Amino acid sequence: MNKNRIEIDIKIPNQTRYLRLIGKIGEELAIGLNEYSGNCNTLAYYINLVITESVINTITHANACDPDKMVHLSIGIEHDELVIRVFDEGEGFDINNVPPPDFEGLEEGGRGVFLIRAIMDSVNYRKMGTENVLEMRKSLKNK
Amino acid sequence: MNLDIAEQKKLVVIAIKEERLDAHNATDLKSELLALFEQGKKNILINLQDVRFIDSSGLGALVSGFKNAITNQGSLKLAGLQPQVKSMFELTRLHRVFDIYPTAADVPELP
Repeated sequence: MNKNRIEIDIKIPNQTRYLRLIGKIGEELAIGLNEYSGNCNTLAYYINLVITESVINTITHANACDPDKMVHLSIGIEHDELVIRVFDEGEGFDINNVPPPDFEGLEEGGRGVFLIRAIMDSVNYRKMGTENVLEMRKSLKNK
Repeated sequence: MNLDIAEQKKLVVIAIKEERLDAHNATDLKSELLALFEQGKKNILINLQDVRFIDSSGLGALVSGFKNAITNQGSLKLAGLQPQVKSMFELTRLHRVFDIYPTAADVPELP
C-alpha cells in the first residue's frame, strides 16, 4: 500500500447520536495532515461538517430513520486528496437536481448539499453494484 | 439538550451549553423555542458562545425560531458566535438575516 494512503472504514448505527463521533474522527484526521497547505483547523471543521451533512442525509433519506440499519462511510487520503465516501442501499437520487438554497427566502432546510458542494472540490453520487456511493473529494494542495 | 434559560427584563436569554448544535439536538432547540412563544415570550437572545460546531440542521432550528419570533411580533437575536460558527452563517448568507452581537452583554436593552 502507498505510504501516503489512509483509509478509515466506519460502520455506525443509523442514529444521529453518532454524528459527533464520526465528525470527530474526520477532524482528527484533518488536524494531523502535514501536507495540507491551508489552515488545518478550518479544514478540520469543514470535514466534520461534510461528514455530518452527508451522513444525516443517509440516516433520514436512504435509511428512512430506521435505527436498526447501519451507515457505512470511509474517510481517507488518496494521493493529495482527502476523500469521504458514504454508502447507502436506498433508492438513490440525482444530486445534480438538488436546488441551491433560496437565499432571499427563509426555508428551514435545504442547506446541507449546498454546504457540501461549497466546501469540497468535487461531489458525485453514483450507483456502484447494489449500493450507491456519495464521493466527496478535497485537494490538499494549492488552496 | 443542555440550555440555560434566564429572563432579563423583556428578553429571554437562552445559553446553549452544548459543543454541537446539529441534527442530533436541533429539534430540541426548536421545541424549546416553540414552548417559549406559546408562553407569550417573544423576544429571544440565543447565546452561542459554548457552541463550537453548527450544521445545516442547527441553522434551520435558528431560522425556525426567527420566523416564529417575527410572526409573534418579537425578535430572535444571536450572540457569542465562534469564528467557525460565524463562517457557516456567512456561507449560507444567514448573517444578513439575524442581528448578531459579539457577546450577550452587547445586546441593547429592549425599550
